[in-house]
Amino acid sequence: MSEHITEIVIFTVLFLLVSGMGFVAARWRAPKDMAHLDEWGLGGRSFGGWITWFLIGGDLYTAYTFVAVPALMFGAGAAGFFAVPYTIVIYPLFFLVLIRLWSVSHRHGFVTPADFVRTRFDSPTLALLIAITGIVATMPYIALQLVGIEAVLKTMGVTGDSPLARHAPIIIAFAILAAYTYQSGLRAPALIAFVKDTLIYIVIIVAILYLPYKLGGWGSIFDAADAKFQASPSPNDGIILNANNQLQYITLALGSAFALFLYPHSITGVLASKNRNVIKRNMSALPAYSLLLGLIALLGFMAISAGVKPLPGAKEGTVDSNTVVPLLFDQQFPSWFAGIAFAAIGIGALVPAAIMSIAAANLFTRNIYKEYLRKDATPAQEAGVAKITSLVVKIGAVAFIIFLDPQFSIDLQLIGGVIILQTAPAVALGLYTRWLHRGGLVAGWIAGMSMGLWMLYQVPNAATGRAHFGGSAFPLSKFGFDTPKTIYVGFIAVAVNLLVVVIVTLILRAAKTPEGVDGTEPDDYLADEGDPRLEKSRTSPDAIASST
Amino acid sequence: MPTPRSDRSPWNWLLLVPIVIPLLTPLYNFDSPRLFGFPAFYWIQLSFILLGVATTSVVYQMTRRPAASVSEPSAPSASESSEASDE
Repeated sequence: MSEHITEIVIFTVLFLLVSGMGFVAARWRAPKDMAHLDEWGLGGRSFGGWITWFLIGGDLYTAYTFVAVPALMFGAGAAGFFAVPYTIVIYPLFFLVLIRLWSVSHRHGFVTPADFVRTRFDSPTLALLIAITGIVATMPYIALQLVGIEAVLKTMGVTGDSPLARHAPIIIAFAILAAYTYQSGLRAPALIAFVKDTLIYIVIIVAILYLPYKLGGWGSIFDAADAKFQASPSPNDGIILNANNQLQYITLALGSAFALFLYPHSITGVLASKNRNVIKRNMSALPAYSLLLGLIALLGFMAISAGVKPLPGAKEGTVDSNTVVPLLFDQQFPSWFAGIAFAAIGIGALVPAAIMSIAAANLFTRNIYKEYLRKDATPAQEAGVAKITSLVVKIGAVAFIIFLDPQFSIDLQLIGGVIILQTAPAVALGLYTRWLHRGGLVAGWIAGMSMGLWMLYQVPNAATGRAHFGGSAFPLSKFGFDTPKTIYVGFIAVAVNLLVVVIVTLILRAAKTPEGVDGTEPDDYLADEGDPRLEKSRTSPDAIASST
Repeated sequence: MPTPRSDRSPWNWLLLVPIVIPLLTPLYNFDSPRLFGFPAFYWIQLSFILLGVATTSVVYQMTRRPAASVSEPSAPSASESSEASDE
């Protein structure tokens, strides 16, 4: 631990500096009254282009991404690069969808995707399913941010023998995070995101210039990776894809892209922006992060070239591949710069973790507390419940890491992606059509969810020797096709979901089952900032003060 | 409402390009030609980012609406200036 003292000091100083910003953020662009869910949970719905860029970017490209994608490249090669097409297709894919969601939410004061579903399909049950799906999918995602910080702490030697000592730094870090999120709401991650991204950009630019220079150039980095994969017994690794994993590559990229903007925390970032143009402009500016992500992914190959050996995992005989990037920095950078790089990853975990816990808290408050527990809750009560829920959610995430093998939370995140996809018919298609019947959507959700979980259960992981939940690549041979090709589980599950939605809708329509009243009008989907027909509750003096 | 608002525009079809092209693995699943030491698989996919940025920027510019000006005559200038100050 002593040889890491410089790194630890720089890491701690930057971490505390940023935490201080988190507390101050409550006063940043703040209205007189923070006791409203729009203010605490959506930053007053007032963020312009730059803030939204940092906020959504800080939200989608998480510490875990920065640690796990290179780890995947380190282990499997080209297959890990799916993150690049994934983050390219996502923006054109959602360009038109998100502005519709923003408009209808702005017009009706929706805070969560489940709020929209509730009004559109007149079904509290369907909204409850969407809200629970969102919360369940988000929890392990928050836990994974801790995995990112933990990889850094482990590399710096900040570990203990007992489970409590090993996790003490994480608990402290999350207690600080919880405190300033409680106080400042969405303004805290929005403000911290500036620092996070500046640090990450500096670190990556230095890394991609300095490391290839030290390691003999890009050509030799790729050659070293190629040599490693040629020598490995696994048939599916390599620096390019083989005949069998291309379908998996495409469907995983597309499926993950669909899933990303269905996650409640991404929607929170979108709804916090102040008008449609901010969102549209961001859809063309956000890919700057994809470039960053692509370059970060290649750190995995640099680690191969530099001969990095990952630290041992939680169980005997396993390795924690999440440590390859921190180790690479530790070995190749001077210790003061490694300290900055570690702080970048650590702070990079705080921004998304804060937004995710806020999103989960919004879902609980709006779609469970207000819907089922206290129908007449005032905006101030809503904000209070959301603040407390955000604390509970973070304690839950810490518990995930302390009491479960971190590998398990990675598996849960994999499941999270598949299950959040099952909200696509109600949330995404619902923005375009009311033809789908609420009963059909519930049936489709059940079918897609069962199918997805069953398929994930069938996938073994050769590397860790686990029989179930070992990955998201489902062998087509299990459907009876005579082929070694694999496909992304979520893709099949959502296809089954849609099929069931359509069939059940046809049946329910033929049987003239009541379909409820659509609370939205076609024009709502086109509303913009300054719309004269804003919901009355949004035109209280505070809301006006904060939206101008 | 004098004229019904709409998001329809032929320019939107352009968005299909950066959705479809990056998913066609046969286009780029090669080692050579290398560029600055990067195998084709990597530099081609990284250059698709530029394709995505270019396409969404064109569609944004071609379909952007003037700032909100529905009710108050002073709204456009007010919202322009507040946008400038927060960024």
